[in-house]
Amino acid sequence: MTALQATGLTRRHRRSGPAALESVDFALPTGSICALVGRNGAGKSTLLELATGVDRPSAGRLTVFGEPVGAARARVGYLAQDQPLDPDWRISDVLRIGAQLNPGRWDAAYAAGIIQQGDLAPRTRLGALSGGQHTRVALALVLGKRPDLVLLDEPMADLDPLSRHELTGTLLGHATEHGATVLLASHHTGELADVCDHLLLLDGGRVRLAGAIDDLREAHLSVTGAGDVEELAAHTVVTHQRSGRGTVALLRPEGVLPSTWHSTVPTLDELVLGYLGSPAVPALHLNPAA
Amino acid sequence: MENPRLAYRIDRHSGVSTYMQLVQQTEQALRLGLLQVGDQLPTTREVVESTAINPNTVQKAYRLLEQAGLVQGRRGQGTFVLRTLGDTPIDSALQDELDDWGRRASVAGIGRDDASALINAVLDRHFPSKEQK
Repeated sequence: MTALQATGLTRRHRRSGPAALESVDFALPTGSICALVGRNGAGKSTLLELATGVDRPSAGRLTVFGEPVGAARARVGYLAQDQPLDPDWRISDVLRIGAQLNPGRWDAAYAAGIIQQGDLAPRTRLGALSGGQHTRVALALVLGKRPDLVLLDEPMADLDPLSRHELTGTLLGHATEHGATVLLASHHTGELADVCDHLLLLDGGRVRLAGAIDDLREAHLSVTGAGDVEELAAHTVVTHQRSGRGTVALLRPEGVLPSTWHSTVPTLDELVLGYLGSPAVPALHLNPAA
Repeated sequence: MENPRLAYRIDRHSGVSTYMQLVQQTEQALRLGLLQVGDQLPTTREVVESTAINPNTVQKAYRLLEQAGLVQGRRGQGTFVLRTLGDTPIDSALQDELDDWGRRASVAGIGRDDASALINAVLDRHFPSKEQK
């Protein structure tokens, strides 16, 4: 079952010039926790806005659990980069609004639990909260509706490490208990390696890498050898550089590697940096046929 | 009163993959007596909430512990300890050979780092499946 599927998805803000998203194809399996990675302006926020129905595609299709985005809205939770909550509201107001906006879905006890875990008093005004506390309240509002698909746009970018750790744990707890799918835009690829099992790497509005992280890693090799990069001509070399008298490279092996080369499976970080640094290398989609 | 559940801690820079850290910490707990037969491991949800790691990673670790006969997952109830670990039975002949190799390497005058690099190269060649993370 596919939670989120894009087919030829394109979003053009202007008639001429580069598109924010250009012919994007991917399928996100239900229950996956997917990292959405790319430079600023790569199209991450645009994709999330299309998936929430805040914005509409110029061409192509996007479906949520097989339905048009509009029809699936009640099942989707979205946490934007800036959470537009009035500083004069109290935490209890936010929770009451959550209940009103999500009739039949709102889990009041669960939302209150997320607030309690942060030792926050319900009567506190939002203006008096720290960044981490404010994000906790926003996350309670998103997860309180127990969404089947959670979309997050770098919500924890500015948080201290402890708040980020706690709130990521809360998010993953919901995903585990509820079987929810998560699409998480973030720049912290080092941390994402432990959090996510899928990757969607965007660059210039196009997909560069898509699929299960373990599959993507195992489709590549980090190699070191005394030879020249020409020895690797049979393979798709993503990045390479001279190192001492030899060469280090990140590549997609096409067949057997010369036995004199030492190879390891690259980390998620190596993959992301390698592909972002080499725009000419063809994209790799390892999504299951949807 | 029920004991608190086992607390895992993840070191992102240890070079040991995350699921293997869970396996090793559970084995250590079984060796040190932190866990006894019948004790319950933390649920997947409890582990992901406290460590912020992917639930599949927890399930992979529990599956390995289950395959090793150390724990048993009971549907809808949780994962429970089947047996603890005493002294680890390591093949003593293998241990003697390695010890002998270490002695000869030391006599031959190769340094600790070189010896370690040689051993790691052998491990990489013969245990290639252990992913690096």
